[in-house]
Amino acid sequence: MVAVKLWGSLRDLAEGQEVVEVEASNFKELLDALAAKHPALKPQIDRGVSLAVDGLVYRNSWFTEVRPDSEVVLMPYMKGG
Amino acid sequence: MKNIHVSTVLNGDETEFVCAPEETLLDALRGRLGMTGAKEGCGTGDCGACTVEMDGRLVCSCLVLGAEAEGAEIKTVEGMAVGEGLHPLQQAFIDHAALQCGICTPGILVAAKTLLERNPDPTDTEVRYWLAGNLCRCTGYDKIIKAVQIAAADMRGA
Amino acid sequence: MNFQSSSKQDFKVVGTRVARPDGVDKVTGRALYGADFNVPGCQVGLILRSPHAHARIDNIDTSEALALPGVKAVVTSADWGVPEDEGLRDVQDNCLARGKVLYDGHAVAAVAAKDMVTARAALKLIRVDYTPLPHVTDVDEAMKPDAPVVQEARADESVPEGSGPNVTHYCEFGHGDLDAGFAKADTVIERSFTTAATHQGYIEPHACVASYGNDGKADLWCTTQGQYLVRDLCAGIMGMEGSQLRVTPSEIGGGFGGKTTVFIEPVALALSRKAGRPVKIVMSRVDVFRATGPTVSSSMDVRIGMTKDGRITAGEAKLRYQGGAFPCGTVDMGAQAAFAAYDMEAVRTRGWNALTNRPKEAAYRAPGAPMAIYAVESVVDELCQQLELDPLDVRLKNAADAGTKASYGVTFDQIGLRATLEAAKEHAHYHAPLGENQGRGLSCGFWFNFGGNTSVSLAINADGTASVTEGNPDIGGSRASISMMAAEELGIPYDKVRTFITDTGSLGQNDVTDGSRVTFAVGLATIKAARAAIQVMCARAAKIWGIDEDAVIWEDGAAKPSGPNAGDFEPMTLAEIAAISSETGGPIAGHHEVNAEGAGVSFGVHLADVEVDPETGATTVLRYTVFQDAGKAVHPDYVEGQMQGGAAQGIGWALNEEYIYDEDGRLQNAGFLDYRIPVASDLPAIDTVILEIPNPGHPYGVRGVGETPIVPPLAALSNAVSRAVGVRLHELPMSPPKILKAIMAQG
Repeated sequence: MVAVKLWGSLRDLAEGQEVVEVEASNFKELLDALAAKHPALKPQIDRGVSLAVDGLVYRNSWFTEVRPDSEVVLMPYMKGG
Repeated sequence: MKNIHVSTVLNGDETEFVCAPEETLLDALRGRLGMTGAKEGCGTGDCGACTVEMDGRLVCSCLVLGAEAEGAEIKTVEGMAVGEGLHPLQQAFIDHAALQCGICTPGILVAAKTLLERNPDPTDTEVRYWLAGNLCRCTGYDKIIKAVQIAAADMRGA
Repeated sequence: MNFQSSSKQDFKVVGTRVARPDGVDKVTGRALYGADFNVPGCQVGLILRSPHAHARIDNIDTSEALALPGVKAVVTSADWGVPEDEGLRDVQDNCLARGKVLYDGHAVAAVAAKDMVTARAALKLIRVDYTPLPHVTDVDEAMKPDAPVVQEARADESVPEGSGPNVTHYCEFGHGDLDAGFAKADTVIERSFTTAATHQGYIEPHACVASYGNDGKADLWCTTQGQYLVRDLCAGIMGMEGSQLRVTPSEIGGGFGGKTTVFIEPVALALSRKAGRPVKIVMSRVDVFRATGPTVSSSMDVRIGMTKDGRITAGEAKLRYQGGAFPCGTVDMGAQAAFAAYDMEAVRTRGWNALTNRPKEAAYRAPGAPMAIYAVESVVDELCQQLELDPLDVRLKNAADAGTKASYGVTFDQIGLRATLEAAKEHAHYHAPLGENQGRGLSCGFWFNFGGNTSVSLAINADGTASVTEGNPDIGGSRASISMMAAEELGIPYDKVRTFITDTGSLGQNDVTDGSRVTFAVGLATIKAARAAIQVMCARAAKIWGIDEDAVIWEDGAAKPSGPNAGDFEPMTLAEIAAISSETGGPIAGHHEVNAEGAGVSFGVHLADVEVDPETGATTVLRYTVFQDAGKAVHPDYVEGQMQGGAAQGIGWALNEEYIYDEDGRLQNAGFLDYRIPVASDLPAIDTVILEIPNPGHPYGVRGVGETPIVPPLAALSNAVSRAVGVRLHELPMSPPKILKAIMAQG
């Protein structure tokens, strides 16, 4: 299981939980598992999310490995100027 | 109204063109003569990207009519370098990274050249006020001022 | 030899100050920008814009305009379909209004004609019947329940029930127990702030030439930060297949985020398709101000608690941003960045986006971060004043570091904040004496940075030179840094490499030049493309020598046997291998395609000294120093240039720049005379100190540097002005009348 930290406004969409545990070994599996477990998160996931794994931000790389001991933080999709 | 026939000296060459009565010198240079070195950043004389020299005076070519160039001597950025060599200002701008996107560079070079012709040894403040009519959004001006001063020193030594 | 993961420390080319490859073109007037491009038979395109802040379009009659001799085409939104994708639909509706005009300057229709005079006359002949509607331009007004509704039903699922009709997005970040944190504080300060919308202010207006053929294939030449994005958006709007539209970027005269979308390009394509001729559109400066950019304006509340010895115990921010008439997520970035510089036990940020009758927000350098960090850094500074603490010591005491849990949730890896703060503390600037009416301010700044989709191709030419082909427009000298990294990796001199920026038909996808990504991500792909080419060259040498490929290494620009056991052969240089490439298997090239990840965050600290004239309220910036972590500065001149340019933009934001709307919802200052960006005589020399804390995610340790420098000037200037005049300001810009008013109010 991987512990995924949700940002504040997503917590209400996941029964108030700050950390959600899902079975996943990469970014894509993690998103699919999140959406399956908490369908209310799906609109945000569809709009785009980034994933910070051990401090590095990944915008949309499905096959980024996540391990049970990884620090995984969901973030809004990054944009820049 | 019919187009007007205009005879000028452009960067040392006798040059003729026709333009509409309401056409700016900038549009005539760019559209009629293919001299696209001078840029239009605003069309209202606020940004200086279209700066050229006209009879020894700096002008915003977006505020001058093409017809006014009759009998005048016009100098643009395209006339600064002679042969294979660059003008010391051009060289200093490259060597000291005084440009980023480069859109303001032609206007700034023409303006700086006329400054150094009048005042070969300006203070930083004099350079900053002389160039206050030329907007640059990339550099914060720091490297531009330094490059002008390096070129000025180079030209005084030459 | 492992070609994919080796990390370099000793550099021959990287870190030097070589001449940029496009320098001569740009100082001689030879470089071609958006408006410099022409094709034979080109028609002039012009766009008709709304005079109303908000109105229903009842009818558009184009018949008279079409009947004018010399007019080749007129288009409206009816010439396009309605895309299903919400984001694309918003971009399209911003290019040509559908049903309603949503802001002063919103495009309504466009004409193509034989010349400018005819095109202008034709615009006047288009009859648009409007029914004006109530409008709103202020973010706080827009959030009220009874505000005029800009667009119906645009809220996403994040918006809490009971929010006003214009609120489209809500977000919340943070951790810890706020109440407990504030209870531990000796002093708590809560303040409200506003910042004005500012424009990116690139000197080159948007310009493009579109040529749509009768066979359905099209070419588009334009000034843009991303030709691939332009292609995808235009193809989507025009209903074309991506392969049928080739987009070629010109030299770009500044972007700063403002050229990361389309405004005129799909319109030019639609006109060209209808007219059967190429069409050129060049925006006027007035139109650039009215209908492109700007960044968001904000209204914010910040509360921070601190102990007597300067420890921050808790922080809370509420950010309300408006990004114009279409939904935008910029507040997400601000809410994550607000407290990024601090190691905090309890922090919470909340953000709202509201629709207003203003132009659609476009990204502007570190979008969303400058205003949020301005508010936080102002309150931190006021706490330092109240508690009589040194503001740099307080930042050092609370600085985020490796292992800090950031306010946006992640745990930081190696970051350079502490090093930049220490460098600032040791710098002579921090100890220079100040006179009467003078003040010193400082602020931290932060940006995330990212990588993104990148394709690079690198060819080894038979004469021993290398050509790099990449797909990201060069705004600030990136061709130099890309060539440098290729030269470094190949082991050949910089002047043997030339980098080209190509059209959309020549390489795979490249994301936009944004997010401070180019030197990082294109550099990374270039290094890997070079390593792929080196692998081929080593294999050729191995074949010639009759030894195993694995027994050949690449060093100083030559293939060599890896050791005495591998065989005794003279090294073969790149030029020698290249010269016989035809005989040894054909052309040698390397390429790399990646969605680059692992961009490191970037921190900076700015010091500003100002003098305020108590008679006029005018501020003079006396001294300015930028400290920033660049990971590894590939070309230090252009890293300094980013730091100085960002600082200058931030100074303009702090002191002068603002979008001014009148009661009627019309923009009052759509020109460089009234929207005053800093000129040379407004600014002092801007000193720079580059720190190099390597980014573990890049082979050379590179971090993006472009965006962070615009963040700190807002608070650095506000803190300096507040200290100079002895009264705290909470509003940007701090134009002279506002400062004078604050001084007067103080008595």
